[in-house]
Amino acid sequence: MSSSVLFDVPGPRARLRNHALTVLAAAGVLAVLYFVYRGFDEKGQWAGKLWHPFIEASTWTDYIIPGLLGTLKAAGLGAVCALVFGAVFGLARLSDHRWIRVPAGAIVETSRAIPLLLLIFFLAYLAPSVLGSGDYTLIALVTGLTLYNGSVLAEVVRAGVQAVPRGQSEAAYAIGLRKGGVMRLVLLPQAVTAMMPAIVSQLVVLLKDTALGYIIAYEDLLNYGFKIIPAVFFGSLVPAAIVIGIIYIGLNMTLSALANWLEKRSRRSRKTSARPIAPPGAVGLGAGAGLPEEPTP
Amino acid sequence: MDDLIKYAPDLAAGFLVNVKLSLVSGVLSLILGTILVSMRVSPTPVLRAVGTTYVNVVRNTPLTLVLAFSALGLSDTLGLTISDEPSTNGFWLVVLGLSAYTATFVGEALRSGINTVPLGQAEAARAIGLTFFQSLRLIILPQAFRAVIRPLGSVMIAMIKNTTVSVAAGYLAESAFVMKDTFDDTGVSIPIFIGLALAFMAFTLPIGFLTGWLARRLAVAR
Repeated sequence: MSSSVLFDVPGPRARLRNHALTVLAAAGVLAVLYFVYRGFDEKGQWAGKLWHPFIEASTWTDYIIPGLLGTLKAAGLGAVCALVFGAVFGLARLSDHRWIRVPAGAIVETSRAIPLLLLIFFLAYLAPSVLGSGDYTLIALVTGLTLYNGSVLAEVVRAGVQAVPRGQSEAAYAIGLRKGGVMRLVLLPQAVTAMMPAIVSQLVVLLKDTALGYIIAYEDLLNYGFKIIPAVFFGSLVPAAIVIGIIYIGLNMTLSALANWLEKRSRRSRKTSARPIAPPGAVGLGAGAGLPEEPTP
Repeated sequence: MDDLIKYAPDLAAGFLVNVKLSLVSGVLSLILGTILVSMRVSPTPVLRAVGTTYVNVVRNTPLTLVLAFSALGLSDTLGLTISDEPSTNGFWLVVLGLSAYTATFVGEALRSGINTVPLGQAEAARAIGLTFFQSLRLIILPQAFRAVIRPLGSVMIAMIKNTTVSVAAGYLAESAFVMKDTFDDTGVSIPIFIGLALAFMAFTLPIGFLTGWLARRLAVAR
């Protein structure tokens, strides 16, 4: 059901009511915007010297771009490790051997249930006591991201392989392929197409989660924006928050658009007989719902 | 194991804060999410645009940024104070950020719930002369809610886990911070970590079962 069916082509009274509502809503929006503007103005947040750093090249090259690179480094490493973890554990959960299936399932379910920040704190304190002193913020962050997002991806992999119709594996067994061959040559190639949108939307979650590095003092975009820039350019916290917010939103919306495009493509793909699987935690009801996901940090 | 017993009262007090944060933010985000989804399906283009923009902006911002901004930006810089008591103020700032963030996910879940309501329901509602708000309140939303109980349960579970991020808002009372604080004293302690992880699971797992049971019980028969 598309949203427009909720209301009819309006008659004269409804039209009047809608116009009144539009005017009221617009007035409300303007009032909120004015209130925000006044709030900023009273605290002197429009002062040119607070915003000036962001039009200087040196601010970008010295702070924002290194921060962005830190974020992308953690996200990239986390994505690669989580994909490997997800593939290994997803396939392990599909194993015919109970001694592989059950422990893999336990690890995946536990890692998903623990709050990610709790896991990252634990790893950040565990690493020095096991590996000796040093800077382990990146390792703790990437390991935490890998365990959590890898577990979600493991479920995606499992669901993707199971989404391939039974006839495919039955046909593959019938022509004499072994277990490994069925998985490698028949099931996985079709499952990957069905999994792609869910994988990409989980990578958006992973990218957003790298901001947790701020809490354990990993030098990511959020850390530069909220700790270093306001310390260097005194008082520039709100402008910095707005600038880095825009960067995060831009990155995530680009990736989400990619996920949506992949979903449309795999929906009409003839390379796979599996329907695209819903992203993890997605509502997955009806078309046109976009890709809703769980509110990870 | 001794560490866990010694620090159990502190950790329990911290975990109670997580529970409180979850309950208040849960209620607020459900209300706010319902308002958001009503805006997004409304016949008023201005409200639709506001709802869509809000969801896209907040949902794509990391929660850490939302919470850090609500404390450092809204409170410290722009002078928003909810209570004069610093710890109460901190609590409500976290609730504010967490609800604002979770509401977008509640809204998205409800929107896909609305998509499951058959066309005929809305058409029948219009045919008997219900206005937009009447049909939304009496016909569409009750069915939409019942269709997305399970996804809403996942949203709430994720929200409960997200209460740990309140450290980012400088609110240092909940259990993840207490654990970190304890580790500063004792060094890393595996029993404490496992104990807290089990506490979170004991809180979230029943919600999963409860929403699964409710979803089966309240499913709209079609």
